[in-house]
Order: sequence, then C-alpha cells, then structure tokens
Amino acid sequence: MYRRSEFAPVHNRRQGALSELEFEPPYLHPDYRATVLRAPSQALVKLPDEWFHSARGPAFGRIPVRPSDADLTRQHAGEPLGERIVLTGRVTDSDGRPVRSTLVEIWQANAAGRYVDPVDDHPAPLDPNFTGAGRCLTDADGFYRFLTVKPGAYPWRNHDNAWRPAHVHFSLFGPSLSSRLVTQMYFAGDPLLPLDPIFNSIGDPRGRRRLIARFDLETTEPEWALGYRWDIVLRGRSATPAE
Amino acid sequence: MTHPTPSQTVGPFFGVGLAPVEGEGDIRVEGRVLDGAGEPVQDALIEAWHADGFARCRTDDEGAFHFEAPRAPFLNVTVFARGLLRHLGTRMYLPGAEDEVMALVDPARRHTLIAQPDGDVHRFDIRLQGPDETVFFA
Repeated sequence: MYRRSEFAPVHNRRQGALSELEFEPPYLHPDYRATVLRAPSQALVKLPDEWFHSARGPAFGRIPVRPSDADLTRQHAGEPLGERIVLTGRVTDSDGRPVRSTLVEIWQANAAGRYVDPVDDHPAPLDPNFTGAGRCLTDADGFYRFLTVKPGAYPWRNHDNAWRPAHVHFSLFGPSLSSRLVTQMYFAGDPLLPLDPIFNSIGDPRGRRRLIARFDLETTEPEWALGYRWDIVLRGRSATPAE
Repeated sequence: MTHPTPSQTVGPFFGVGLAPVEGEGDIRVEGRVLDGAGEPVQDALIEAWHADGFARCRTDDEGAFHFEAPRAPFLNVTVFARGLLRHLGTRMYLPGAEDEVMALVDPARRHTLIAQPDGDVHRFDIRLQGPDETVFFA
C-alpha cells in the first residue's frame, strides 16, 4: 500500500521475501475513523533492516518487574469479579528462536468492559479490586504467563452501535528496535470480531487469526481458571545479512 | 521463517499499562504531536531509544511531550497512538548532523528530523500527516 521512497536503497532479496509475508495492517484504514487524520500521507523511507537491528533494545532494568506483577487478580485487598483466566504463550522470533527475558506488558478492561483510565467514560462499573495492568519477563524458553479476568466488550463510538470485541493489549520489546510490537489479543468465537474495524484492518485472514487466543484445556487449572494460549512472533533477523 | 504477529493500535487507554520511563541525559527534548488537521494528538505515546537507555512519555491535552536524553548524534523515536494501527519510527537529529540515513531522505523534508535548540531545550515536533509531515522510516 505504501510506495517505497524513491530515495530508498535497493532491498536485498531476503528482505523482499519478508515483506511479502507481512500481515501488518495499513496506516490508513478509513473504517477505523481515527486513522484518517493520523496516517502518514507520505511513503515511509525504507532503511536497511540491519540499521534497525543495530539499535539495541532499552535497558529493561528501567522498568521494574516483580513476580506478583503477572497476577492481575491479586493487586488489591479483594479479588476482582469476572471469569478468572490464565493467559500464556511462547514468544519466538520469525526464525523460530525463543525470545528470552523480554518484557511483556499488558493492559485491559475489567469484566464489565471498563478501563481504570480516567479517559474511559463508558457507564459500566469500575471494579475496586482490578486495575487491569500486568507485566512479566519471558522465561528461558520464551514463555510468558498471566493470571487475570476475562475483559468485557465495550462501546467506542467509531460508528453506529460500535463495540470492541473483548481484547487484551500486549506490548513487547524483543532484542532490538525492529522487534518492538504493540498489539491486541482477542478470544476465539467472539461474535464482535467480524464487525471490528481494528481487527479487520489486517487484510489477510491468516494474519487476523494470529491475534486470536485459543481455549486450552491443558492450560486450564482445575477448580480455578480457564486457560488461553496465545503465541507471539517478533520480527527477527531473517531479513538481515548473516552477521 | 514465520510471519511476525501483526500490530494493532495502542488505543486510548494505555496509560495504566505502559508507565512512563524517565530518560537520563543532559538534553531536554520538548515537542508536540500534531495530526493532519494541525490539531494536537492528546493520546500519543513517545519512546526515545539510544545506545545508553530509554525514555517513554505520553502527550498531554496540548499534544505536548518532553523527555531527557544524552547528547547523541541522533535518537530513535517511536510514536504510538490511537488511530495508528502500527507504530511509526523516526529519528531526532541535532542541528548540523549528517549521516547515511539522513542522506536517504528527500532534502526538502530533512528539516523535519532536526531538533531546534530553544534556550535550554531542544524542540522536536512530530507531524503525523500533511504539510511538513515528519519523515518516518520503515
């Protein structure tokens, strides 16, 4: 959709191969109204990927992570209302290697579809026992794991009777600037998914499926919490020449 | 090779999840994020990346942000916002800086990458769209 700048350098072959496999949404997607005045109108200037890779990720010590930060149900005096869920998955790079010790940050609405954020004016109740923010580091095999409650759907005024499907926001860093990812995780079977302009900004159904967590009985904890599995792939080094 | 997981917008409610990170260094950067109508973007998240660290801050009601950073030839700056389905990457250069990346940019647009000294601060405005649109990199 976006032309390469005429000033852009020539792609190497492997990099070209990567871009053909991209599932990324466009910047301009008018069904999602907020893109109309915020999408750049000029072509992005393509840099050789190795220049992005040379920019290392930030020092994560700057963002403290405590083990308890991964349990969103134990951040207050009482327990939040809602369906308790375990969210887990493996973070790999596009070459299939696990991404270890990387920061995963999540935020979400409560079970009633309300965010703690003061900007959220949806008239659904706040839950005094739920903030809706968590963080963890991936383990030696690249796995993350959160305990939380299933977020509710909420209205968002993008169009007539617009409702966001239930989702959890994810932010990951990975090893370099090019692996930075902010995205949203959805739940399989949500009837709002076919109606959501943000989810459907990804044109390829294979790309949309990559954002959907599946119910997983193996992850489900008996007498305690339903399990959902969602794996994440960060942009890796495939597109750059061998080091 | 597996396709990377696609991006989705950071949305308007990221404040609870993506806490600000104070930068460290001897220059203070101040700027605004503006949309294609010249209106402030009040819900953007800015990250500044450089060799020695990282800063993260959000814009306020005027679209304004500020962070501290070391005096480096350039900073990598990423922009997240409601309405950005993918984040945008740009670079902030100090006046007079030239390098191989700057050389790839249309000379008529290079000024959008250069911070302007203004007393004790460096001003770096980010225009997402329209006249003087900031150069973004992919």
